[in-house]
Amino acid sequence: MNVIISVIGKDRVGIIRDVSTFLADLSINIIDISQTLMGEYFTMIMRANTEKSSMPIDKLIVALREKGASVGLDINLRSEEIFNAMHRI
Amino acid sequence: MISDKEIFETMGMVSSQHLDVRCITMGISLFDCITADARTTSDKVYDKIASYAKDLVSVGDKIARMYGVPVVNKRVSVTPVSLIGAASGGYKEIALAMDRAAAETGIDFIGGYTALVQKGATPKEAAFLETIPEALSLTKKVCSSVNVASSRAGINMDAVKKMGEIVKKAAYLTRDEGSIGCAKLVVFANAVEDNPFMAGAFHGTGEADKVINVGVSGPGVVKSALEKVDGDLTAVAETVKKTAFKVTRVGQLVAKTAAEMLGAEFGIVDLSLAPTPAVGDSVGRILEEMGLERVGACGTTAALALLNDAVKKGGIMASSHVGGLSGAFIPVSEDIGMIEAAGMGALSLEKLEAMTAVCSVGIDMVAIPGDTPADVISALIADEAAIGVVNHKTTAVRVIPVYGKGEGEEVSFGGLLGRAPIMKISGYSPAKFIGRGGRIPAPLSSNKN
Repeated sequence: MNVIISVIGKDRVGIIRDVSTFLADLSINIIDISQTLMGEYFTMIMRANTEKSSMPIDKLIVALREKGASVGLDINLRSEEIFNAMHRI
Repeated sequence: MISDKEIFETMGMVSSQHLDVRCITMGISLFDCITADARTTSDKVYDKIASYAKDLVSVGDKIARMYGVPVVNKRVSVTPVSLIGAASGGYKEIALAMDRAAAETGIDFIGGYTALVQKGATPKEAAFLETIPEALSLTKKVCSSVNVASSRAGINMDAVKKMGEIVKKAAYLTRDEGSIGCAKLVVFANAVEDNPFMAGAFHGTGEADKVINVGVSGPGVVKSALEKVDGDLTAVAETVKKTAFKVTRVGQLVAKTAAEMLGAEFGIVDLSLAPTPAVGDSVGRILEEMGLERVGACGTTAALALLNDAVKKGGIMASSHVGGLSGAFIPVSEDIGMIEAAGMGALSLEKLEAMTAVCSVGIDMVAIPGDTPADVISALIADEAAIGVVNHKTTAVRVIPVYGKGEGEEVSFGGLLGRAPIMKISGYSPAKFIGRGGRIPAPLSSNKN
């Protein structure tokens, strides 16, 4: 399943390293990344695929949120379907 | 490829504009539960609901996490109990079984304690109507509805007269909780068989065994979109249409996913704009955003007509099956804009009645003085039914004559049911008109003026 992952947190060294480590640990494959700095906040949108992961999506959501919180990041994972449904005919 | 802007737009709708799926409602046919014995029937009703809906709450929660959109209510609607209990006469037992099954499955409400008597009532249906107040007072989650009129049959004024008395009795029996029984009782004209919204949901006789209907919401999303519109009313209508399309696509996705996960048929998406008492989730505020000082001002009916029509036009292409009530709801106690307007006298009962001619559904969640006579309530029901019957649309009355309270006071129900200032209702008597009974014939469909 393709998913959209949003990451928001106060900017510091190593955010992308932390997040990509979490995703690798969960066998989530990154397809695309865009990121920017809004003031002192780092925001990142990732497109990824969860096919290789053995966890169901609702468990992945919780696992990522907890891992994010442990390093001061707000990480949300959602199925890409909702964005396609809303913005594409 | 979805752009970052589109991703942020969707996330913003959820996080700050109250976009949610208001309800996933599972319709369950109870025809195979009919027996001549009250105990056996109610046991079968309990077993069927508890087994069919056992995963409804967990699936709703799972979908909410998967898409990041709250699914606020999980509900069940069943075949009208007046039909299911006719052979045994055990209506009350069925109500209690429904309430137990609702508690067991963890759903929020269960609808279908219903009778369809738009043309006439059988002796069994007449007996059923008498059980409604007690059933509502003995249960926590059971909702009741009665259809008293249709555009084909006209208005059954005997049933209208009876419903005034039943509303009063339900208010009295639940007097210790602000007459909350009346908040779970809707009197319809042209009731629909696939409505996912409470208190009026029931599972129609033409429906399949197990169906998923979804109600979307999003008054906050529409208001936020309109805040950015500085153009004329054409631009306003276009913005509402585009927003309704996006909101409804979420409903369609959720409905299809839920139906697949629960092994049920996908029924319909209901396009209604359903407010909650939360700030930023109000239909009244949308009308004010269009340029009215307060909802209830002159211009309110026109603004609401625009809103209602644009929501439908935008939503209809977004879903493969649209149904239910599909329109803007104006439940006074559940909408912060309406609560304020009614409290300060900007919004009157008469204006609300006019508004119901152009939107869904009717005089909804309106608190009136507890000493309002039953025939006045019946006459209010008759007025609403007439608007529905003549205009070929669904209308409804859900009024709460709050026991022991008068005009200017307030009643609070908490949660999604909100709070309501007690509104003034005409004190002039319709007693002779209501006392006549009989039927108001079905209206002409041609020569319309």
